[in-house]
Amino acid sequence: MNIFRIFKTVFLIDFLTGLLIAVKELFKPKKTLNYPFEKGKISPRYRGEHALRRYPNGEERCIACKLCEAVCPAQAITIESTAREDGSRKTTRYDIDMLKCIYCGLCEESCPVDAIVQGPNFEFATHTREELYYNKEKLLENGDRWENVLAANIKADNPYR
Amino acid sequence: MEYLILLFSEIYKILYVLIPVLVSVAMIVWLDRRIWAFVQKRRGPNVVGPFGLFQTLADALKYIFKEIIIPASSNKIIFILAPIVTMTLALIAWAVIPFSEDYVLADINVGILYIFAISSLGVYGIIMGGWASNSKYPFLGSIRSAAQMVSYEVSIGVIIINVLLCVGSLNLSDIVLAQEKIWFVIPLFPMFVIFFISSLAETNRPPFDLPEAEAELVAGYQTEYSGMMYAMFWLGEYANILLMCALGSILFLGGWLAPIDTPLFEMVPPPVWLIFKILFLFVLFALIKAIVPRYRYDQLMRLGWKVFLPFSLIWVVLTSGYLLYFDLLPVY
Repeated sequence: MNIFRIFKTVFLIDFLTGLLIAVKELFKPKKTLNYPFEKGKISPRYRGEHALRRYPNGEERCIACKLCEAVCPAQAITIESTAREDGSRKTTRYDIDMLKCIYCGLCEESCPVDAIVQGPNFEFATHTREELYYNKEKLLENGDRWENVLAANIKADNPYR
Repeated sequence: MEYLILLFSEIYKILYVLIPVLVSVAMIVWLDRRIWAFVQKRRGPNVVGPFGLFQTLADALKYIFKEIIIPASSNKIIFILAPIVTMTLALIAWAVIPFSEDYVLADINVGILYIFAISSLGVYGIIMGGWASNSKYPFLGSIRSAAQMVSYEVSIGVIIINVLLCVGSLNLSDIVLAQEKIWFVIPLFPMFVIFFISSLAETNRPPFDLPEAEAELVAGYQTEYSGMMYAMFWLGEYANILLMCALGSILFLGGWLAPIDTPLFEMVPPPVWLIFKILFLFVLFALIKAIVPRYRYDQLMRLGWKVFLPFSLIWVVLTSGYLLYFDLLPVY
């Protein structure tokens, strides 16, 4: 140990320097968000909670092609379908097990009519597991609630698709 | 009837000290977390109440309603007794702390000895908790803690001798009044620094929080505790920290005395000065928690036995020699 180092140790120089830095940092602006009241910016491509969209006239977009069911790597989607009176093919059942889902976004990518989409909502925690087995009504309701944002996001992301 | 009145007046006096202490412990926990967060540029608890001030009350409520799990292989009586002992010992030491010249619960002659005895007993709560849990991590944690607290108490004792040499009395109020001319922090500055660092080790604060080193020992002696029993350990720990800050401000920073004897400073009631000094020391405690890494165990022991103890012993010789040579020894 040289003299300089002994001097530094005895007079706690390194420690006092650290304390000074701590006091300086104390008054600097915070890096974290005030989360529940303040949220970070989300990309239009964000893959959050699922939603089934409708056409502006209220008709469901989904044509029961079952591409999403086929592509889903976690096999979280279950679809059953029949022909309606007017001859169009529509789903009678569209379930997503949100606990199986890995939020990869392949369903959204595979959909030929932009029916199933993943919206910007990430705050859908529930008290029970059962509430996370989404059925068709729940997904359509999500679509109705988030339609404005979903349409804007798809439009914003369109040039890159 | 006469005894009953005496009893109630004593209980009233005790509550008059105890409730402010408990409330300030709650506030100090909040302050600690908040300063820690601010140094790391986080926000800390800021939702419950104004600036998150009531966060600790919310936490306490959560702890009260949580289930207390008592391990099947534990020694149940000692397991339950341990947090009670810790908290009681941390609180009864406040009896002799003088908040002003006449605002002290028990103005006993050997106040400093009493505090020293109580804080020595504090290690029992931790040892009991660690041993009664009958599990390896609490046991190792409590052994470490016991060794640490015992070794740093030695140097604290020697440091206190320095102060007592200058005062000539063991009474805490006398110690404060002896600092009317000059606070002991100025003539005994190296002792103040060592006292401060030793009190960090004594209260198991970072950088000496080895008993609860998460990476090695989960949570040390508290590992098996849950619910209100855990909260009591926690409360006792922070009451101890507050007590060490109070002791530091009484021994070195002139207790309830104003910094300068001017009419403007005299207007502030004496207990407020003491609270300011305690807060100042506590903010230092909290800042240090945020900036320092944890000591290794052998470093901790080396610092206690090979550095602090000889240094404070030499300083005792220096102080007493100085006082003798210049004939300044206090007469009692």
